[in-house]
Amino acid sequence: MYTFAYERPATLAEAVALLDAHGPDARLLAGGTDLIIRLRDGSAHPAVVIDVKRIAEINSTIREENGTVTIGAAAVVADIATSEPVRRHFEALADAAAVVGSVQIRNRATLAGNICNASPAADTAPALLVYGAAVVAVGPKGTRRIPIDEFFVRSGVTTLDRGELVTAIELPIPSHRTGAVHLRRTRRRGHDLASVTLCCAVDETGVTRLAYGSVGPRPVLRVDESGTLADPDAPASAKAPILERMFAGASPSVRSMRAGPDYRLAMLRVLGSRAVQMAIERLAAKRQVEA
Amino acid sequence: MSAFKVGASPWRVGGDARVTGHQEYVADMHLPGELHAKLVTLPVARARIAHIDKSAAERVPGVRIVLTADDLPQPVPRYGPQFKDRPVLAVGETKYHGEPVAAVAADTKDAAEAAARLVRVEYEELPALFTIAAALDPAAPLVQDPALRPGDPLAASNVIRVHRVGWGDVDAVPADLVIENSYSFPIVTHFAIEPHAYMAAPDGDGIAVWSTIQHPYWLQRIMAGILGLPLSKVRVIAPDPGGGFGGKQQIKYEPVVAFMAIRANRPVRLVLTLEETFQAVRRAAAEVHVRTGVRSDGTLAYQDIEADYLIGAYVDIADRVVNKGSYVAAGPYRMPAARIVARGILSHTVPSTAFRGFGNPQVNWAVESNLDEAARALGIDRLELRLRNLAHKGEAFIPWDTPADGDWEQTVRKAGELVGWGKPLPAGHGRGIAIGIKSGPTTGLSYSTVRLLADGSVIVYAGTSDMGQGARTVFAQIAAQELGAPQDWVMVVMGDTAIVPYDAQTSASRSTVLMGNSVLKACRSIQAQLRTMAARLHGVDEALITVDRGVVKLPDRELTILEVLKPGLGALGGELTGNGETRKDAEPGHPLQGAPAFFEFNCTAIEASVDEGTGDVTIVRHVTVSDVGKAINPLQVRMQDEGAAIMGLGHTLMEHYIFDETGRVRNLGAIDYRIPTSMDLPLELHSETVENADGPGPYGAKGMSEGALLCVSAAVAAAVREASGVVIRDLPLSPERVWRALQERDGQTAGRNEP
Amino acid sequence: MACTLPIEITVNGRRRALEVAVHHTLLDVLRDDLELTGTKECCLVGECGACTVMVNGRIVDSCLMLAVEADGADIVTVEGLAREGELSPLQEAFLDKGAVQCGFCTPGQLVAAQALLAANPHPTPEEVQEGLSGNLCRCACYVQITEAVMAAAEGAPK
Repeated sequence: MYTFAYERPATLAEAVALLDAHGPDARLLAGGTDLIIRLRDGSAHPAVVIDVKRIAEINSTIREENGTVTIGAAAVVADIATSEPVRRHFEALADAAAVVGSVQIRNRATLAGNICNASPAADTAPALLVYGAAVVAVGPKGTRRIPIDEFFVRSGVTTLDRGELVTAIELPIPSHRTGAVHLRRTRRRGHDLASVTLCCAVDETGVTRLAYGSVGPRPVLRVDESGTLADPDAPASAKAPILERMFAGASPSVRSMRAGPDYRLAMLRVLGSRAVQMAIERLAAKRQVEA
Repeated sequence: MSAFKVGASPWRVGGDARVTGHQEYVADMHLPGELHAKLVTLPVARARIAHIDKSAAERVPGVRIVLTADDLPQPVPRYGPQFKDRPVLAVGETKYHGEPVAAVAADTKDAAEAAARLVRVEYEELPALFTIAAALDPAAPLVQDPALRPGDPLAASNVIRVHRVGWGDVDAVPADLVIENSYSFPIVTHFAIEPHAYMAAPDGDGIAVWSTIQHPYWLQRIMAGILGLPLSKVRVIAPDPGGGFGGKQQIKYEPVVAFMAIRANRPVRLVLTLEETFQAVRRAAAEVHVRTGVRSDGTLAYQDIEADYLIGAYVDIADRVVNKGSYVAAGPYRMPAARIVARGILSHTVPSTAFRGFGNPQVNWAVESNLDEAARALGIDRLELRLRNLAHKGEAFIPWDTPADGDWEQTVRKAGELVGWGKPLPAGHGRGIAIGIKSGPTTGLSYSTVRLLADGSVIVYAGTSDMGQGARTVFAQIAAQELGAPQDWVMVVMGDTAIVPYDAQTSASRSTVLMGNSVLKACRSIQAQLRTMAARLHGVDEALITVDRGVVKLPDRELTILEVLKPGLGALGGELTGNGETRKDAEPGHPLQGAPAFFEFNCTAIEASVDEGTGDVTIVRHVTVSDVGKAINPLQVRMQDEGAAIMGLGHTLMEHYIFDETGRVRNLGAIDYRIPTSMDLPLELHSETVENADGPGPYGAKGMSEGALLCVSAAVAAAVREASGVVIRDLPLSPERVWRALQERDGQTAGRNEP
Repeated sequence: MACTLPIEITVNGRRRALEVAVHHTLLDVLRDDLELTGTKECCLVGECGACTVMVNGRIVDSCLMLAVEADGADIVTVEGLAREGELSPLQEAFLDKGAVQCGFCTPGQLVAAQALLAANPHPTPEEVQEGLSGNLCRCACYVQITEAVMAAAEGAPK
């Protein structure tokens, strides 16, 4: 591994100043599960590594307050998978978090790091899209909230400006009962990177939100407000064209080692229709419980 | 905790150190004044080396040596277990992605890494051959310089050798049905969790070499040859490897490390990364074409087999793999005629080496799958067809060779029973069954020395390598049983050519039989000395005294060994020493240079289900039954068989090297080369043994540990076929590949609508 | 050329103060600086788990953590599992059930299993398999490892 300067800012102001000063010569270090690999293989060669974990204003908590669940930028994926508010309000995000790597990875990887790494195959991204998350970013010009569907550009690239870092991810608690599920395709049952990763949520007003990743440069969100997908009695022949339109934007890599493009497109359809069905069932179960 | 005797399962010898973190593997060892080495390789499959500029690398503080081929004795020494073809460092050309072109040694790992990055190699990328078709093309470049094979008619081709085995006349035996297909087996790698590691240090006027090697004495012999030293001045220290599976059998980078150690006059250590290990060792891939002739009554008429193995740029032990692996390709069946033609094809890829199964899994995949198809075509039950043709005990299935050495029908029936063969299956499930056979060692030489110390404790010297299969424990059990030593009183010394007498190698599942017999003989020699002692002490005729399991039986009384030993040794004390030798000489003229000492025989039966939407294969039930003669340590036998079974699922369902269009390996390392995890197990895994004490080893034992891997693929593919109707002849059966086969079955191209 | 920083870590109950290169991982420092070679080096990309240690009670791949990040942390390695030369029930169970073959993955498996049992004293076999799925074993002792963890759990007070 090449060496680098290691900074451990104690405040957000310090961190922003460092980031702004060094720009692309600096990399942020949260869980390290992506960055350390890149440092070792040389695909990242920063002059400065900025460790965010001692920044006073950044925390690792998951808090429910005033209709929002706020996930601190230092919160690890393991805690998100088991968090009570996340399991209750954002079950598909908890499910996705539970399959990010192994226990060892989940104990270090942060949700913030996961989205900043912006891999199109990030398992948490589809759920964040479906639940309409907002990314809280702090930079030289102050604080802003970036809607998650405006955050990803392509692998390794987000819409964060120079000097900005993520301090939290906010999830608005759904105002309607929702059933949601996360599904993905891997090469084995053991931990793996997904070749298709997908989240589907169906709410009691009949809206279906479906997001998918690893079939294009960034994860994609599609919404069906017709009510057809969410309707348990609608036949497959009615749902299929809607799903087809949702998947029309998919453009899987032809170079990928993990899966061929035709397989990915086919699995998108297989997982998509299975996910719709499972989301409907989860919503129905909730209605029964709460009835 | 079981007692320390044969047939019990006492705690593993060496287990304590492994669970406390104190077991020392090569990478854990350090020597004062050591230098750290790093290899320099090129990011291409094949290249002509134009110029190497060491200057920047040499300027890195702490760098002591930057070694290239020019710094070595000229001509650059070449070595290898079968052919002296591999140069210590690449000469003029790198022939595979990962062949070292230079090596650096420095005071620290960081300095070595930094310097390795700064070695500037000017090279010209050359077209690389990495498929059988490309290597066999008459216009293809030659992988090896023909001058390395003077007088060999094949030297002007990329075929290293052709091995022909056969009997009868396949063109003349009548068959009612002929099943003809081609199959392929991919390149896979061992992926032992311990990467390869080496250390060398000047040792007086000789040299000491530490290595993760499975064959310390073979390494010693080759190193002595390269360095021009007598064997007595080359000491190989071989700590228990962290997994070998055949990948650590043969010499690899020990020579370059030794040259640096000699040049620096300091110890030099080299620990490979996992990626470098993937570029050092792998299994031979194969394309196998099978024509099976059968009669309508279900008897086999002939097998006509062409097996092409894709080996690497240097032969390593690959020619032996091709020879031995293909030899029993026709299977353990009554076979009127057979024709087997097997070739090793050189290519610009990582040298293939020994790997559990040693060339058998590749042909077994093809031949057992073809048998399955034959049974289906005849309308005969697939288990029944095998039983009908299986050689009986004592019956030769290769006319001139060792006959069937087990009641194999017992093994096959047991497997069928355990998988529930013939019982109704849930929808979407299928069953498959396959038989695997492998020749045990064909030649061999193992010495053991056993010392019975004055207090009744024992030291066993055995040159076997314990890489997890539990050899230490097996030998300790034998010695404890024969000499009545209590638990924990037997010490087993291995892994040092300066201290431990000669053992040819650890491979071919040989060690329980060959070394075990030597340990047994050494113990029997001590028992004979005890009989003499007892005769002298008690004035009894020696012929009337026996020693059985630590008890000395005289006509009128029984004594413990200690009750004879203590008075027998007298006031001066001392010890008794026994030596044992097991030798299996070569038989010139035999296609394998010797008849197999025993066969490993396994039957694997699988129940699987297929997810028609995704192509996922679920192994619902995996049954593996092995004919082992005698399980000296039943728990270790079970562990080896289950481990082999799961490893077989790896190459069946998920493992393969992925190449780019130039011949570089894309999936080096653990992220994109998938092996089974704890979540990839069969839903049910049953392993059983058949023990008829009919092996040549101690107490009737045979060798084991490769059998349960041999026929996994054919059994799984047969189950997948029954479950879904798809026939797949190319491994691995990854979800995507199964999905493609399902698409073909349904006449679809891309995309399916889910019902 | 390399920057170094002083750190303080507690390893197996013992406070250590040392100067580390900032680009060295926790794995490097444990093995090379502290000579605790029980924790193993294999894939170096967080896939195999051979380098598993506990940091503040949670298992991590020490190859993916810079040593400087461990400043102030409480580390447990395989060397810390036995107490005063006495094997822990888990270590004994591993030997008893045949969960150790070549032994190279064993340190990581033990640390991961120890943490699993601390959080979940009576797991199901599925929970054990999932909890240890980040620890590869090429000898494929998985069945025996699961049995060992279940046996250790069974022996624990309810």
